[in-house]
This record gives sequence, C-alpha cells and structure tokens, in this order.
Amino acid sequence: MSDASKSDYPDIILCPGGPMLLRGDHVVQDENGNDHQTTRPVSAVCRCGKSQIKPWCDGTHKFLRKQQPPTD
Amino acid sequence: MLLPKARGALSGCVFQALQSGDTAPISDTPEPDGTEDAQLTLWVLYELHHRGFEDVSDDLEWDPHLIGLRRQLETDFEQTLRGRAPQLPEPGAFAETFFDFVASHDGPSLSGHIHKFATKDQVHEFLRHKTIYHLKESDHTTWVIPRLSDPVKAAVVELQYDEYGAGDPNRLHATLFARGLEASGLDATYGAYIDEAPLEVLEQNNAMSLFGLNRRLRAASLGFLAAFEATSSVPSRRIAQGLDRLGFPPEMLEYYTEHVEADAVHEQLAVRTICGVLLEEEPELHEDVFFGAWTSMDLEDRYADRMLQEWAA
Ligand code: FES
Repeated sequence: MSDASKSDYPDIILCPGGPMLLRGDHVVQDENGNDHQTTRPVSAVCRCGKSQIKPWCDGTHKFLRKQQPPTD
Repeated sequence: MLLPKARGALSGCVFQALQSGDTAPISDTPEPDGTEDAQLTLWVLYELHHRGFEDVSDDLEWDPHLIGLRRQLETDFEQTLRGRAPQLPEPGAFAETFFDFVASHDGPSLSGHIHKFATKDQVHEFLRHKTIYHLKESDHTTWVIPRLSDPVKAAVVELQYDEYGAGDPNRLHATLFARGLEASGLDATYGAYIDEAPLEVLEQNNAMSLFGLNRRLRAASLGFLAAFEATSSVPSRRIAQGLDRLGFPPEMLEYYTEHVEADAVHEQLAVRTICGVLLEEEPELHEDVFFGAWTSMDLEDRYADRMLQEWAA
C-alpha cells in the first residue's frame, strides 16, 4: 500500500450487492427526474431500488442479499 | 460533570481518592462489590481521558496509581469479553464474510419494541441511557487514528469527518443528539444521567474506551466500529418511526433519520475501506476485528435483553 495512486482512492465504489459510494459533491437525478444534492463527504446511492430514502441507500439491500445475488 | 454516586466499596474508595487528590490508597483498594462497582470505577477512570470531572483535578489523568488500577480492571474486563465470544469466522473474502457474520447474528430487537410498542416513559429512559455514548459519539474511534498506517488512517478520518459534521458543529452527531434531548425536555448536559446508567451501558462504553485507548486492540476497535455501523441504519429507522408515533419533536427524529442515511455509508466504509484494508496489511488482526464486531453486537443485545425484561415486568 505504498503507491498513492488514484486507484486507492476512486471517486466511485460499487459495493457488491449494495450501494454505489460516491465521493465529493454531486447532484444525483432520480428516476422521476428530481435532483438531489449530496450533503456528506461520501454518499451511498441505492442500487437495489428498495431503499425508502431514494436516491440514497438505507441498508434495505441487506434483506435482499440472499435472494438476489450481486450482479457485479 | 461531577463524579457519579459510588456503587460499592471499590468505587467508593476510588472516588474519595479522586476528590481528595491523594491517590496513594488506590494501591490497596478493596475488591469490587460485583461487576457494576468494577464497571463504574473503570468508566470513571476512562472518563479522566475524555472530559474529566469538575470535582477531580485534571492532573490525575496520568496518575500512576490510577493507571495501575485501570490496567487491572481492564485486563479483567477484556478477559470477560473474550470469554463471551463464540467461534469466530475463518479468514476469507472479508466484506462478504463480515456482512454475513453480522446478518446471521440474531439478537433481541429493542428498536422493534420502540417502533411499535414502547411508551413515552420507556423511550425517555432509553434516550437517557443513550446519552452516555451519544454525547461523545465517535470519540473512542478518534483515539485509534494515530495508531494506524496511512491508508487506514485516511479511511477512518473520511468516516469520522462525517460523524463530526464535516466541520460544521451544527451537523456533529453528538450535537444533533443534544438538540433532540433538549427539544424532548431532557437534560443534554454531558454525563447528566450517569447515575442511572445500568451495567450494560457502562460495559458498552467501557469496551469502546478499552479498544480505543490500547494500541494493541486497534483492530478490535475498528471491528467494533464496523459492526456498530452495520447494525445501525435499519434500527435507526425503526426508532425514528417509534419516536414519530409517540409525538417526539422533529429534532429528536432528525438524529435517527440522519443515522439511517449516514450509517448506510459508514457501514460500507468501515467494512471495505477501513477493516478490509487493515486486514490486507495485517492479516493476523483478523480475529480481533471479529472479536470487536462480536463485542459490539453482544453488548447491544445485553442492553436490549435487560430493558425488554424490565419493561415487560
Ligand atoms: S442499495 Fe442499499 S438500500 Fe438499495
């Protein structure tokens, strides 16, 4: 872990079976065309579609893990 | 904060020494009158490193007699915690193993009770107990930072920065909790409710300080963090819904709704960019990561068991 290459610190991390982590300030447009400004240093964007606080992840994906194996 | 009320011979003797400033008698302290006496004494000794007490001199933070007693108490406590841990997972694909370990842990659900059934008095009691930790939320993890390699250190700071409101004191999680308490008619003064903290709350807080203050236990501290975050989003939502059902003010709800969103991020960071990277660097710390994680979940279960039993009576 000596090379401080960008790959050690990506802008986006796709979590298997879970959200997409997004570093920095961004505006995320949801399925309905509504814009959501990120508010924290790292945000988790829901990829399972089941979150109750979309576009953000709320951990609900964990209940789907066993039925729906991650596709990535 | 003033020193709490003693809960036995050991805390009685130690608190007297702390107030007088003469710690020589500490080298010959009585045996604790049970676990609660020992845990309260340990909590007070750790608190000297957090914010201290108005009736204890700041000079005593590194007093050798007190440190000696702290070592004794924390050695016993660590042994107890290790004795409680079951067989832990074998090393493997870390993130998946970790999330499976947490998911397969089956404990009593305090948040489920608060969601649907708890009375307002019960929730007030719950919130008073939670003040012991939430008013200094995340501070124990900050102690670990200088003990880590650069990559892990940076990853912990990325998470902690969010815990501390990304530099905005109004967004600091401890501040959000204090606001919620005040709006709910509770006392947000640091340490105000220590005298009613049950054994299980003292143990939770002491485990965090034990892991945070001992460099050799850094992996347990980060494992504790990861399990804590990974068991927070969904319960926080249930608690927020329970608070809403009981008509609690929006400030109190906000603390929990903030944690639904924040901890869904933090669990990924804690598992992937923090513990995952730590174990790539130092695979021999595997067991301690899981020991910390187990301890986090087990201590929360113990608290939940106690409160559900008390409330059912
Ligand atoms: S990815 Fe986490 S709730 Fe959808």
